[in-house]
Amino acid sequence: MSNALTRASEIIDSYNCEQSNLIAILQEIQAEYNYLSEAALTLVAEKLGVSTAKVYSVATFYENFSLEAKGKHIIKVCAGTACHVRKSGPIYDAIRDYLNLTGKKKTSDDGLFTLETVACLGACGLAPVMTIDGEVHAKMTPDAALALLEQIRKEESAE
Amino acid sequence: MAKGIMYIDGQRVPFDGEKNVLAVIRKAGIDMPTFCYYSELSTFGACRMCVVEDERGKIDTSCSMEPRDGMVIRTNTAKLLKHRRMILELMLASHCRDCTTCEKSGKCHLQELALQFGVRKVRFPDTRPEYEKDHSSPAIVRDPNKCILCGDCVRVCEEMQGMGVLNFAHRGSDLQVMPAFDRKLAQTNCISCGQCAAACPTGAITIRDEIGKAWQKLYASDVRVVFQIAPAVRVAVGEAFGLEPGVNCLDKLVAALKMMGADEVYDTNFGADLTVLEESAEFLARLKNGGPFPMFTSCCPAWIKYLENEKPKYLKNVSTCKSPMEMFGAILKDQYKAKDAEDGKTTYHIAIMPCTAKKMEAKREEFQHDGKPDVDLVLTTQEIITMIKEAGIRFTELEGESPDLPFGMGTGAAVIFGTTGGVAEAVARRVVEDKSKNTMQAIQFSGLRDAGVIREVSLPVGDRVLRIAVVHGLVNAKKLLADIESGEAYYDLIEVMTCKTGCVGGAGQPRGLIPVKRQRGEGLYEADRTALIKRSESNPIAVEMLEGMLKGRTHELLHVHYDHK
Repeated sequence: MSNALTRASEIIDSYNCEQSNLIAILQEIQAEYNYLSEAALTLVAEKLGVSTAKVYSVATFYENFSLEAKGKHIIKVCAGTACHVRKSGPIYDAIRDYLNLTGKKKTSDDGLFTLETVACLGACGLAPVMTIDGEVHAKMTPDAALALLEQIRKEESAE
Repeated sequence: MAKGIMYIDGQRVPFDGEKNVLAVIRKAGIDMPTFCYYSELSTFGACRMCVVEDERGKIDTSCSMEPRDGMVIRTNTAKLLKHRRMILELMLASHCRDCTTCEKSGKCHLQELALQFGVRKVRFPDTRPEYEKDHSSPAIVRDPNKCILCGDCVRVCEEMQGMGVLNFAHRGSDLQVMPAFDRKLAQTNCISCGQCAAACPTGAITIRDEIGKAWQKLYASDVRVVFQIAPAVRVAVGEAFGLEPGVNCLDKLVAALKMMGADEVYDTNFGADLTVLEESAEFLARLKNGGPFPMFTSCCPAWIKYLENEKPKYLKNVSTCKSPMEMFGAILKDQYKAKDAEDGKTTYHIAIMPCTAKKMEAKREEFQHDGKPDVDLVLTTQEIITMIKEAGIRFTELEGESPDLPFGMGTGAAVIFGTTGGVAEAVARRVVEDKSKNTMQAIQFSGLRDAGVIREVSLPVGDRVLRIAVVHGLVNAKKLLADIESGEAYYDLIEVMTCKTGCVGGAGQPRGLIPVKRQRGEGLYEADRTALIKRSESNPIAVEMLEGMLKGRTHELLHVHYDHK
């Protein structure tokens, strides 16, 4: 086992390698590593004594689990009813174009951003809403959203 | 177990211990359609074809319903018919419909039920993307475009074989059956047992078709095509032509092969006799040298693959004997070198097997010599059935022929290799000192032929009582291994067959449930009863060869070490 998986192994052990805790274990590993790697899922299967195909089955069933490495900054655009009617769609599209995302790709090539949608952030009064790394940005427009991303890019290249 | 009376379509039907309403309905003589129900596996309840209606018009699946006393149901109402047609139409809408050229055409359950329920038109367009086929396995081909998501393969792989290579992935309209991380089968721990293909109701998982290669060689004038036929094939091949399971059709199969252009047709039984002699000698040597025990039989290539992949430490326990097929192939190729040089032909060796894993075994590097495989091609029982049909041969009307000599000679001990317990019994016949009829019967009734998935037998040999175990179904073999590992069980000799009921239940055989497979096994015992020679050491040709051309060469031609890596 590589060092990278030591923490994952500890997490599985903390649940006594119980099969019934599979989802909890996956959640905690994802919280730690930002995503579920092939190596991590294989380790989970091995330690829990279930087939890798079964673990993969559970991991792909839930939208919340990501099997791809995520970018450094995570953008979530709200697609809830209120945000939708106040035009969150064009914001999402604009960001997608800006990051050159096509098909099922969610993460930009430079590994800086991952773009996701979220069903509702519970801030409908501020619609349309998006979050970047958990920080809420209210009453967005496509231009304002792109300006925020430009800002982050600038800060990143300065570092 | 529950007992009582049910009312099905107005008929009084008593039930006694049936595990679900579906079983009671079928007992009442009604053909309930199903896709995902496989009586030997857990109930899944996904296809919804087996729905029934109760008195209040409530609809539910009969496979997941327990029979209750006084229950009143109908199996055939306007509502149910509409429901079933809709399910079929939706399945067809998201299914590749190149039926006429499909491998499974004529044997496809979806095709059969669509016809039965009169689905003549599919109103919905297929919006699914086209998925890539997986040709990576030497034994099977997976075509996700033909999958109806019944999950039979998933449950066979997990519950019968304990492998869990396949499972569902993603969800909703993206749901698919696939190995973990959408890998190709060749990149997984798949052991090529093929039971997923045997369970698949459609053409989503099929046996790798190698018929074309066989015809090409049969038609070539400069090629000598030599066949060997495995024991389990002879008692199943007739099923495709309306004969009962278990009817021994070896003579007809030989005649058919000759008509199709075979030059020589032999019997794998000859290889099996050599296996018995070599394996018994090895076993006796291990008894003398103190192990290692348990000694595992080595005939089943899927079992060997499993050990290699997941339990390599037990490879030293596996008998070094090649499987009967590979012993046969090695001897044949060795013996025919001179013949080839003489008449300028090339010998092409085809083995007809009940097994898909044999296709994988024939391609193993251990069994290649001078860049050529000892067994050039493995055809399954199903493939040879297709070829007989393609040739237009009326199988049942054929006059039988016996296999050729010298390698057509086999004993009763060899023919029972095809059923669970057979290899252990053949070895037992060889290692006991007293060869009287009484002892042979004592072996027969010792429990080796019982129905259990794990059977244990004690057999006195000399001053020692041998502990022998017989196991079939890989999931049971895994249990046995766990018991051995924990020290709970000890055995001297263990016969392992990956498929339930042994080779008669192999995935290359025509489709059938356990009772059919057992009938085939009975057919092999029948062949043993009527065999002139019962014990391998009395096979005159095998004994002569061991003392003649094989002298000093047994290691090279008959043995293999899987643990060399």
